[in-house]
Amino acid sequence: MKKTSVLKKVLRYSAPYLPYFVLALICAVISVSLTLYIPVLVGRAIDNIIAQGNVNFGNIAEIIIYILIAIGGVALFQWAMNYCTNAISYKTVRDLRRDVFKKFNTTPLSYIDSHPHGDLISRVVNDVDAVGDGLIQMITQLFSGVVTIVGTLIFMLSIDVKIALLVVFITPLSLFVAAFIGKLTGKRFRQQQELQGEISGYVEEYVGNQQIVKAFSYEERSFENFEKYNDRLYTVGLKAQIAGALANPCTRFVNGLVYASVGIFGALTAVSGGITVGGLSCFLTYANQYTKPFNEVTGVLTQLQTAVAAAKRVFQVLEEPAETPDKEPAKGDNAIDKTQDNPQKGIVEFKNVCFSYSQNKPLIEDFSLKVRSGEHIAIVGPTGCGKTTLINLLMRFYDVTGGEILVDGTDIRNIPRNDLRSRFGMVLQDSWLFEGTIKENLLYGNENATDEQVVAAAKHAYAHSFIMRMEKGYDTVITRDGSNLSQGQKQLLCIARAMLSNPSMLILDEATSSIDLLTEQRVQKAFAKMMQGRTSFVVAHRLSTIKESDLILVMNKGNIVEQGTHEELLEKKGFYYDLYNSQFA
Amino acid sequence: MVKLFKKYLKYYKPQLIIGPLCKLLEAIFELIVPLVMASIIDVGVANKDTDYIIRMGGLMVLLGVVGLCSALVCQFSASVASQGCGTKMRNDLFRHINSLSHKELDALGTPSLITRMTNDINQVQNAIAMLIRLVIRAPFLVIGAMVMAMIINLKLSLIFFAAALLIALVLYVIMSKSVPFFKAIQKKLDKVSLVSRENLSGNRVIRAFSKQKQEQKRFNDISEDLSKTSINVGKLSALLSPMTFVITNLAIVLIVWLGAKDADSGIIMSGDIIALVNYMTQILLAMVVVANLVVLFTRASASADRINAVFDTKPSVIQGKDGALTTDNSAERVRFENVSFAYSKDGENALDGITFSAKKGDFIGIIGTTGSGKSTLVNLIPRFYDATEGNVFVDGKNVRDYTFEALRRKIGIVPQKSVLFSGTIRENLKWQNPEADDEELWKALSVAQAKEFVQENDGGLDAYVAQGGKNFSGGQRQRLCIARALVSAPEILILDDSFSALDFATDARLRKAIKEETNGTTAFLVSQRCSTIKNADMIIVLDDGKPAGIGTHRELFENCEEYRAICLTQLSKEEALK
Repeated sequence: MKKTSVLKKVLRYSAPYLPYFVLALICAVISVSLTLYIPVLVGRAIDNIIAQGNVNFGNIAEIIIYILIAIGGVALFQWAMNYCTNAISYKTVRDLRRDVFKKFNTTPLSYIDSHPHGDLISRVVNDVDAVGDGLIQMITQLFSGVVTIVGTLIFMLSIDVKIALLVVFITPLSLFVAAFIGKLTGKRFRQQQELQGEISGYVEEYVGNQQIVKAFSYEERSFENFEKYNDRLYTVGLKAQIAGALANPCTRFVNGLVYASVGIFGALTAVSGGITVGGLSCFLTYANQYTKPFNEVTGVLTQLQTAVAAAKRVFQVLEEPAETPDKEPAKGDNAIDKTQDNPQKGIVEFKNVCFSYSQNKPLIEDFSLKVRSGEHIAIVGPTGCGKTTLINLLMRFYDVTGGEILVDGTDIRNIPRNDLRSRFGMVLQDSWLFEGTIKENLLYGNENATDEQVVAAAKHAYAHSFIMRMEKGYDTVITRDGSNLSQGQKQLLCIARAMLSNPSMLILDEATSSIDLLTEQRVQKAFAKMMQGRTSFVVAHRLSTIKESDLILVMNKGNIVEQGTHEELLEKKGFYYDLYNSQFA
Repeated sequence: MVKLFKKYLKYYKPQLIIGPLCKLLEAIFELIVPLVMASIIDVGVANKDTDYIIRMGGLMVLLGVVGLCSALVCQFSASVASQGCGTKMRNDLFRHINSLSHKELDALGTPSLITRMTNDINQVQNAIAMLIRLVIRAPFLVIGAMVMAMIINLKLSLIFFAAALLIALVLYVIMSKSVPFFKAIQKKLDKVSLVSRENLSGNRVIRAFSKQKQEQKRFNDISEDLSKTSINVGKLSALLSPMTFVITNLAIVLIVWLGAKDADSGIIMSGDIIALVNYMTQILLAMVVVANLVVLFTRASASADRINAVFDTKPSVIQGKDGALTTDNSAERVRFENVSFAYSKDGENALDGITFSAKKGDFIGIIGTTGSGKSTLVNLIPRFYDATEGNVFVDGKNVRDYTFEALRRKIGIVPQKSVLFSGTIRENLKWQNPEADDEELWKALSVAQAKEFVQENDGGLDAYVAQGGKNFSGGQRQRLCIARALVSAPEILILDDSFSALDFATDARLRKAIKEETNGTTAFLVSQRCSTIKNADMIIVLDDGKPAGIGTHRELFENCEEYRAICLTQLSKEEALK
């Protein structure tokens, strides 16, 4: 990715705000030219003060009125230009944020799983912010800069074409110097933004898990690690800052040299009579004005470079490939009937499914299974045998690497993800709630549920009584990370949420692991009632909870080693038998 | 902001003095250059003295070089001071956050702390750099211009003072009006960070419920809100430069008009008026820079407040002074004396009147319904929270008397949520004891029933662990967390429902191994499973924060209604009495 291409990409994001650009440019033209014109008017007014007793007050008054109008104009258009600049960059920032965030929910899940969250958050917050700051500076400097350059150019050309051309061609020298420095330092700015991301990641990880840090008296050591990151940021940041800050004095110096050489050259020309003294002095004033925009642009170079580096990180996320797009269901092939009185069949079939998270380590190989409508399937097996992976595949969090999974006869890769997922209710071991009231959280799966339905679901999940014990009942706000709830309570809420969504199939992945067994049994009953005639998949360790399942799959190392009902499996005296008896050992 | 600046800038006094001084030098040289040019024209061109022109031209180049050098020194000082302050601030903030207790951290929230640690400190850092680069230049030019004006004409110089006063007023008003906006902006950035974090951690659930659109909308609303606030404050700060422009130019008009009158009566000459106008223009140019600075400073001061807010948060649990790593000889390890605890002042008691004593080598089972206070009870031992009533003793000493380090060194904890940190397995296992050798680590792994899969993994102890341990299954993660707590045999082991992701066979093997391999370790086992705690030396049954019964399995099964009920839902009567 080259710098220019990043700039183009950012500008593409600003493109919808072209009217603002045009407006900003017009305002810049007007306010800059008026700014250049005011001194002329002032000069004219002073020209009317000729000598003691000879002052033309009438003319002065008239000119002053013009000046006042010009002042008003400058103020108005300058403000408007600033406003437009702000609008362009903040709206661009908003759009960038929106799209980065969108990526979070559209990239394959493996991307989210394999990137530190703090770093991704830093991209949404800090990097996008830096892009916005850069845009403001760029537009402001660019517009007033361009107008000033064009304006002064015209004046200079009208005075002396030869010297003017000299100025025109020498001044960009300073830009080359700036560009050269920029090239040298680009890497440092990139490192700086990366380190910022790493620091965010570290803070997210260690502050987010303070309990463990404290439990192990890890404070000092985590601080030492942090200090290392921070020291690296200091070294890199310092180098970036110094190098970036070099640009401005250097350009000024180069421009100073240009000014000096123009002066010397002009003076020598004047000596030989090529230019008048007045002309030369006027010329020098404009030459000075002309170089100013170049100086000012390099003055904000560090900001611009930070912005470029940040933009790169932002576009890295934006250019991450999205999940394979959903296929439009072919007509008649996969008509999804959502009416209540026509429940979906819930037939699930795994056909020679292969899957691995990393290419060289196959996890599931040639896995086949047929689940009839309304069956309750339990999946058991030692940890790490691939139970959760099966669920990941069924929900299409990950796509199979070989074979296919059919739901009601259709390859799930041909079903739009949201359709597929809306057929399942899912409760995971890692209970996730968002910051909001309990009610809002429960309504997550079904916004149209009535209050009665909410309470009913909470009662089924045995969450009602503890909810009512809280100060504000269903309106209690779950704080960040749900720290005001115990792990078990969170799980009960997730169960109530799934119950309320009334899915046609149910997936429970260790959904009740943190709930006491008494409550669990009751919840199980409620589930059983709810799932009558609907297909369900239950991953569990407590074998007592799955005794009633229609089919128990015993998995080991990615494969089914045994299957059957509880009784059948016990009779076999195999893997399951050992597993079952171990709980009484 | 002043407070924060004082605290950190004191480390950079040399830079703080040298930087602006060099900038001043550069400004002075810059002012000399036009004079040299003037003399080139007046003397050189007028006398057709080519030699003089070239000599003076050389002088200009020399001035440029000196200017360049001093500018570089200034930039260097600014970079060192600003980056240095930022780094120190970040270190101190992180250290301070580490010292806070759970309660305060819950209130501040991780997403907001991340923003403060990065974005807010960046703002302050930028402000420091700009301060050094520009703080002296602008006042120098303004004051210089005013002094010159006074020399030229005392009466007309009053206009300068009036203008300066007005500009100061405008700066003050706009600054104070926009500070609340900037605070709001940083707060909204927190929100952006919060929703992003939620969406990253809850990605599966969001997709499972097909909630991407709603989440996007939620985010868009926040982002839109942020953008609107930014544009609004932009409108306000966009007023700064036009207003300074208006004030200075009105002053110019006034100078011309009053000057014209004075000139008419012969008090002043038109050349003086030109000079006055030029000085005013100079002030304007300086003020434009100041205006930009002010915007930067307002935002930085909002950020500084947020940083200070963290520094001003004091930890509610403060460690004691006793740092001795000794154990007394009595048989007792942990004692609760009439302990009660509530999460908030007016809230219900989460624990109520808990009294018990645990001996060395004891296995203590804690059981009860969801939300009955099991985790809260064990959280009081390492002082994650302090008991609101009563006292907790470890090795005969009140836990409040220990330093955190001394207390927590004695304790190995396996939290409910199995979290590993990014790095290697070895790094994760060394949390309890950084000096532990591989032999000790393998021993802990073997007790935790994790040896097998770690051995099978490529890399063994050096296998990579992703953030949170996401590249391991739930059960593997849990066993690694158990191993982490077991390294170098802690005196007290707290297992907070740590077997939930384990199958029963592993659970049983694990308990047996812990019992056999750890000598004199008092283990607290919070569990939902009767079979897990059945053989404990003592079982504490909690019911809504109150002790419903304390005793052995057999005693409780006979005498404690709640316990009996729990057992019978999980085990048959025969199994329970086995």
